[in-house]
Amino acid sequence: MYEHDVIVVGAGGAGLRAAIAADEEGADVALVTKLHPVRSHTGAAEGGINASLRDGDSWDLHAYDTMKGSDYLGDAPAIDTFAKTAPEEVIQLEHWGMPFSREDDGRVSQRPFGGMSFPRTTYAGAETGHHLLHTMYEQAVKRGIEVYDEWYVTNLAVTDHDDPEDRKCHGCVAYDIKSGKIEGFRATGGVVLATGGLGQAFDHTTNAVANTGDGCAMAYRAGVPMEDMEMIQFHPTTLPSTGVLISEGVRGEGGILYNDDEERFMFEYGYANNDGELASRDVVSRAELTEVNEGRGIEDEYVDLDMRHLGEERILDRLENILHLAEDFEGVDGLDEPMPVKPGQHYAMGGVETDENGETCIEGLYAAGETACVSLHGANRLGGNALPELLVFGARAGYHAAGKDMKTAEIETGPSAKSEDGDVQPPVAPGAVDTGSEDVAADGAAIEPTGVIENAVERERDRVETLLEEDGVNHAEVRADVQETMTQNVNVFREEEGLKTALRDLRRAREAYEDVAVSDPSRTYNTDLIHTIETRNILDVAEAITLGALAREEFRGAHWRAEHQERKDDEWIKHTMLAWNDGTPELYYKPVILEGDEETYEPKERSY
Amino acid sequence: MSTQIEQQETETEADEAESEQAVESPGDQRRAAKRQRQAERDVQREAEEASLDDEETVELKVFRYDPEVEGKQEPRFDDFTVPFHKGMTVLDALIYARDRYDSSLTFRHSCRQAVCGSDALFVNGRQRLGCKTQLSDLDDPIRIEPLPHQEVVKDLVVDMEHFYDQMEAVEPYFDADELPEDSLEEQRQTRENREKVKMSTRCIWCGACMSSCNIAAGDNEYLGPAAINKAYRFAMDEREGENRKQERLRIIEQEHGVWRCQTQFSCTEVCPKDIPLTEHIQELKREAVKNNLKFW
Repeated sequence: MYEHDVIVVGAGGAGLRAAIAADEEGADVALVTKLHPVRSHTGAAEGGINASLRDGDSWDLHAYDTMKGSDYLGDAPAIDTFAKTAPEEVIQLEHWGMPFSREDDGRVSQRPFGGMSFPRTTYAGAETGHHLLHTMYEQAVKRGIEVYDEWYVTNLAVTDHDDPEDRKCHGCVAYDIKSGKIEGFRATGGVVLATGGLGQAFDHTTNAVANTGDGCAMAYRAGVPMEDMEMIQFHPTTLPSTGVLISEGVRGEGGILYNDDEERFMFEYGYANNDGELASRDVVSRAELTEVNEGRGIEDEYVDLDMRHLGEERILDRLENILHLAEDFEGVDGLDEPMPVKPGQHYAMGGVETDENGETCIEGLYAAGETACVSLHGANRLGGNALPELLVFGARAGYHAAGKDMKTAEIETGPSAKSEDGDVQPPVAPGAVDTGSEDVAADGAAIEPTGVIENAVERERDRVETLLEEDGVNHAEVRADVQETMTQNVNVFREEEGLKTALRDLRRAREAYEDVAVSDPSRTYNTDLIHTIETRNILDVAEAITLGALAREEFRGAHWRAEHQERKDDEWIKHTMLAWNDGTPELYYKPVILEGDEETYEPKERSY
Repeated sequence: MSTQIEQQETETEADEAESEQAVESPGDQRRAAKRQRQAERDVQREAEEASLDDEETVELKVFRYDPEVEGKQEPRFDDFTVPFHKGMTVLDALIYARDRYDSSLTFRHSCRQAVCGSDALFVNGRQRLGCKTQLSDLDDPIRIEPLPHQEVVKDLVVDMEHFYDQMEAVEPYFDADELPEDSLEEQRQTRENREKVKMSTRCIWCGACMSSCNIAAGDNEYLGPAAINKAYRFAMDEREGENRKQERLRIIEQEHGVWRCQTQFSCTEVCPKDIPLTEHIQELKREAVKNNLKFW
C-alpha cells in the first residue's frame, strides 16, 4: 500500500494546481494519472483564461457575466470566489513562466470572448491550454511532486456507513497499466478527483479518448450526488469529421459564421442581434443546428466559419494553431477558404457536487475542474472560464485537503441539502443491473482506514480477474451503442421521447455490459482492460445526464427541451441532484444560491 | 460487472421490475434478446467485412509483441485490412483494427489532435504522429512499428522513462531570478522575445525527435533534441534573468549536451510541431561559446 497525505487523481490543469497547492501547504502529495501529466486534455484547450486585470474591468463584472452566462443556475458563492481569485491565479501562472501573448508594452494580452462584457480573456496564441498544462507540470517537477503516471484509479476506498454524509474517504485503488499490479493508495488528508470531462459518452466530441468521466462515476457510486448532469455544453465550432475544436478565439478575433446561402445568419435570422457570432455558446450552437434543420446548412450538416478577412498576419500571430488543425484534420486552408464547423459535445457543466473548498459530502473526498460542479457554470459555461476554474478551485481543493484553514463554505452538500424530492419517471429502472453487488458498501462495516482500503483492493482484484478470465462481449460494442444513442437523443435539441429512448438504450447497454469480458489475457499494458473499466464509467455518467435531462422540464442555458420552450424561474431555479443510493438512483433538488457578496443576482432575460 | 451468479441477477431484475413498475423483461427474455442482438451484430459485421471486398481498403502491417503472452513473445507483424475513407488517419485505422478485429492491439492515444503527444509511431520508416498522418499520404501496405531506439513494452507502446528523465535533467521549469513583489503584477516580456521562444514552447513530448536521432541512439546519456529545446525555451526567455541563464548554459554544455549534436537535422525533419530543433541546438552552442569567451 502506498501512502501520502494527499492523493490527486488526474494530472491535468486542476490536478496539477491542486497538487502544487497541497505541496505549498507542506503536504506530501502524489499525482496518480492514467496518462502522463503532459498528455492530459487540458492541453487541448485553445482560447484562453478569463480574469479581470485591467482598468475598466472588475471582479464583479466578471462575476455578473458568469452568472448571466450560467442562466442563473450558478451559485453566487462559487461565482464570487472564482471571479475574485482568477486575477491572482492568472498572474501566478505568468510568474511560473506561462508564455502568454503580449501587448506592445510587454503586458499580457486580453481578447474579447463570448458572453464577456469586457475583453478579459488572456491567452497564449490559440494553444493556451497546452501552455498552461506544460507550465504547471514544469512547476510540479520543480517541486519534486511524486507522479504515478499510467496508473489508472479504478475505485475509491470509502467507509461503509449507510448515510453518505457519514462516510469517509481513506484513499483509492489504482491499477499500474504497465505491470498490471493493483495497489491501494492511502490518503491521510484527502483524495482530490481531477479526472476531467466525460465527452466519451458522446460520439461527436472535442474531448479526448481518455475523457471517460472516471472521477464522476467513482464519486457517484461512492455516494456523492451528481449535480446538474444534464447541462452539457455543445461547442458551436468543431470540425465535422473528427470533432476537433476550432477555438472561440476565431470568433473573438472577428471570425464570421455563414450558412449555405452565404448569409451571416446570427444577425440575418435574429439569433443574437447584438453580439452575433460572439453570443454565448449554447445560443450559437442552436442557431447553427436550426440553420441546418431548416435546409440552410452546407451539405445538410455544417456551416462555414470564415476568418480570411482578418488577414494572414493577424491569423498567424494569434490563431496559427487553428490553421494547423483545419489543415491536418479537415484538409482546409483557413487562409484561403472558410472552415466547416458544427456543434460538438465539449464540456460538462455538471459533475461531482462540491462546495467552494472543493469538498464533497464525503469527508476527505474532493473534486475540482470539469469533474466537479461547484456550481460555477450553471446551465452554460462561458468560453475562457474553464481554465481559471481549474486554477481557482484546483488550488482551493489542494489547500483544503492539505489542512489549510479555509473560510467555511457557504454551499451545502450531500443529501441533507435536499429541498425537494424529484419526480422524474424513467421508462425503465435506472442504476445498477444487480444492486446486490454494488461497489461501495458491500463488505461489512469496515471503518478503519487500512481495512477499507484492503477491502477495496480485493474487490478490484476480483473484478479484474473476472474480466480477464471470462469470455463475453467486447466493451467497444457497448460503448459505441451508448455514444450513438447519446448523440442521437441527448444532443443540443432534446425531446421527451428521445430521452426515454436513450434511457431504454442505456439500460440495454448496461445489461450487455454484464456480459462484457476482456479478450487480451496480458497483464502488460492491457488497454482492453482499461477501456472496459472506463466503459462502465461512461454508462453511469451517460445515464445520469439523461435522467437529469428528462427531469428538467424547461429550457435553460444549454438544456433545450422541445416540450418546454421557456425558462421557468418560479419552478426551476434549483439544481438537479442525483444520488446513486447504492444502485437505485434517486433524483432530488437543491436550491440555487443567488445571494452574492455584493449583490443578490436577479434573474434577467439572457439576450446577446 | 459479471461478478455475480445468474440466479441472483434474475431475482434482482424481477424485484426491480416490480418495484419500479418499469417495463423490464424477465432475465430469460432479456438474455434471449441479447443473444438475438448479438446474432444481429454478427450478421451485420460479416456483411460489413464481406463488403470490404467492394470498397477501397488499406493494408496495415502492425508490429506485435507481448512479453508474457504465448505467440507474441517473439516479435511479429500482423496484417489488418481496414476500409479507407477520405480524411482517415493512421490512428483511425489502428482504432478500427483494434475495435473490430483484435482488442488486444495496443497503442497509446488520447487527444486525436496532435497535442497530447501520445501516439508517435514509426510509420513506413519514419517517426510520425498517428493522429495527424493521413493514410492517403502513405504507400500501401502501411508498416506501423513502435518508435525505434526505445524499449518496447508491448505492441506499439514504448518505454518513455528515459525520454522523461532526459527532459527533467535540464531543469525544465521557469525559475526567474526575481519576480514582481505585487502578486497582481505581471513580468513584462517583449513581443519579440515571446516570438523568439514561441516555437520552442510547442513541444508535446512525443519523443519522435529522440527516436530519430543517431547520436541519441549511440549515446544513452545524450540529452537529446527535445530536452535541449526545453533548455532553449528557458535560456532564451528574457524574463528569467542572467544568473539563471548561466546555470542553464552550464547544463547544456556538459559532455552529453549540445556538443554531441552533429546537425543531421533528422529531429527537425520528424518534429510534428515543426520546431526548428537543430537550429535551437546550434544557437545554444553559439551562446555557450560567447559565454565562455566572456569569462576567458
